Amino acid sequence: MEEKKTQEGREEGGKGRPMIEIRGLRKQYRYGKIDIHTLQGAIKDWRERRRGRQEDRSGEGRGKKETFYALDGIDLTVRKGETLGIIGKNGAGKSTLLKIISRITAPTEGTVDLYGRVASMLEVGTGFHGDMTGRENIYLNGAILGMTRAEIDAKLDEIIEFSEIGDFIDTPVKRYSSGMFVKLGFSVATHLESEIVIMDEVLAVGDMDFQKKCIGRLLDAARGQDRTVLYVSHNMNTIRQLCDRCIVLDGGRIVFDGDVDRAIAVYLGSEEIMARHIRFGPAHRPNDHLIRMVKKFTLESLTLPEGGEPVWDSGDRIRISLVCTAELPLDRVGLRFELWSQDGQKIGSMLSGNFLDFEKGTCTVTAGLSFAHLASGQYRADLVAFQFGEDGSEYMIDAVYPAMVFQIRTELNETNYLDWHHKYWGAVRLDDMELRK
Amino acid sequence: MKTQNQGPAAPYHVRLQAEDGGLHLKLGEVWAYRDLVLLMTKKTFTMTYQQTILGPLWIILNPVLSSLIYMFIFGHVAAIGTDGVPQILFYFLSSSVWGMFAYSLTSNASTFVSNANLFGKVYFPRLVMPLSEMLVSCLRFLVQLAIVLVLLAIYAARGDVSPEWKYFFFLPFLFLQVSFLGMSAGVLLSSLTTRYRDLMHLVNIGVNLLMYGSAVVYPLSAIPEGPLRTLIRHNPVTGLMELIRRIMLGRGEADPGLYMGGLAFTVLLFVLGTMIFNRVQRNFADTV
Repeated sequence: MEEKKTQEGREEGGKGRPMIEIRGLRKQYRYGKIDIHTLQGAIKDWRERRRGRQEDRSGEGRGKKETFYALDGIDLTVRKGETLGIIGKNGAGKSTLLKIISRITAPTEGTVDLYGRVASMLEVGTGFHGDMTGRENIYLNGAILGMTRAEIDAKLDEIIEFSEIGDFIDTPVKRYSSGMFVKLGFSVATHLESEIVIMDEVLAVGDMDFQKKCIGRLLDAARGQDRTVLYVSHNMNTIRQLCDRCIVLDGGRIVFDGDVDRAIAVYLGSEEIMARHIRFGPAHRPNDHLIRMVKKFTLESLTLPEGGEPVWDSGDRIRISLVCTAELPLDRVGLRFELWSQDGQKIGSMLSGNFLDFEKGTCTVTAGLSFAHLASGQYRADLVAFQFGEDGSEYMIDAVYPAMVFQIRTELNETNYLDWHHKYWGAVRLDDMELRK
Repeated sequence: MKTQNQGPAAPYHVRLQAEDGGLHLKLGEVWAYRDLVLLMTKKTFTMTYQQTILGPLWIILNPVLSSLIYMFIFGHVAAIGTDGVPQILFYFLSSSVWGMFAYSLTSNASTFVSNANLFGKVYFPRLVMPLSEMLVSCLRFLVQLAIVLVLLAIYAARGDVSPEWKYFFFLPFLFLQVSFLGMSAGVLLSSLTTRYRDLMHLVNIGVNLLMYGSAVVYPLSAIPEGPLRTLIRHNPVTGLMELIRRIMLGRGEADPGLYMGGLAFTVLLFVLGTMIFNRVQRNFADTV
């Protein structure tokens, strides 16, 4: 899997044929409601126009000119056999891009050339009818996704087998558990005879074993059968596992296109704080007034180690440097990183093991960090500077939210044999157990 | 969106782009999805009566009940008459044919609204849905036709009606045209109901009104000469209704010129409706 991640890997073996070519693609939407939606509205509109009451219509009520581009000039070529990850913040245009390629909606400007059939999985089980059996729904769903009856006939056994539905296949799907429903839907979708597969985080459903199976099947599809896969996700680990190329969308444009690890770093950086060097300003201190009345100490900036993006292996020891300014001499100053997981849970904190004394003025402090117990995933860290008082309690002297956003990755190997599931297992990987018999 | 062949090396190519202002029928694409049309038809037909006690029997019961009401109101109270045809046969045939038209129209007038979820998630030629609803209306009619034929056989044997048997071969085409006309009107309306949801309510009332202007519950001959008769006569549904009754019951107007006009209107309505439909579906997902 590793060697195939490289650029060179996919240019070989006749994989270079473009499957998707996007040129100057833009998609315009209106803010808020579509303005003319009822006859009354249309008649009112018409009467106003007749009376020439243009001034009334320029107000916020009409919203005629309040449009924006969800996609603002996309140029992209995806070649045969590539697995392209698409990441970006909410509203960056990911879903719009997929919707246009899936032909659910049309471009406003520009062109998209597709050189293969598209199987789009924006939702699995689309068009399932609760009163029909699993088998009947396979035919219906398959046909909706563009398969002919003969194609479904040929693959029916394989689809049923993959879905793990077993004897329930002749039961109406309304009696299925949600897991079974998704499995069946996914099975149909992955068995499409299409050259291009589009997926929007559908892997986030179903049980874990089935997820692994799906990822495996998609990898096979992309690598073995030379299919082209477009995958949108917020889960950086899945992106890293599945994709050999990644684009980052921001404000409807492609801000990065290339290597997956770098794309992820760019994406995390797009949270505005993850340059290698972060200067802390008022935006980082929303609760400043709570901390101190007199400004004694300021955390000025944070610099990450050489070598770029804040993507580290769990167990890495990294060294960051902080620039601090003391307004007056301060003794016994400590630091604390408070860590948050991506889903907003506070995981724990990292305390400085020793204290520093500061003279009046600016100086640079280095701190060694280790993330030994963090499971793979994305994290946010707030930084607090405090003074350890004579009475044994701490006095916060500065705090920045957040100080850094970083990613912990784990390559699957002997000891990291499983993908980490934050939702179920939490963010901390405690020491491994030792099993004996 | 055009599909074009580019030789064996790149057999598949679709270009997606902004509206070019053109209007396209795109029937070839629908043909590629013909299996979906049939599956959708089967689904709608079998699922409609899924949890009803009488089930598919409703297909027969509906026109039977309507016929009884028409017999009472138009045959008995208003005494309009049926041109000498046994009342039950006249009303049952007429309301079955009308039912096919009305179903084909109303079920399609809300295509976009009722399939919004599906259309927002996956692409397939949207015309698949109207076509399948049209086939459903035909299937329902076929069931009713069986009853009509039984009644016809009985009354014809007794000599109460004199069908023009030698023209029966023409009937399937006429039935199909009734359904097709309904679908075309429905498809055209669906593009409008997407934008103006109020129209949905008007459509239902309009279809009810149209029935009274389509010589369903009375023979055209019962209307005295005058502007009203001219109006009703030029209604394409009236033409079909009269022609079907002429062939099956031996009574009704058969004007080839008027029929050809109706046929031309049907085709025109379909072409226009489909083109507008295809245009609306391009950006429909944005307005849901």
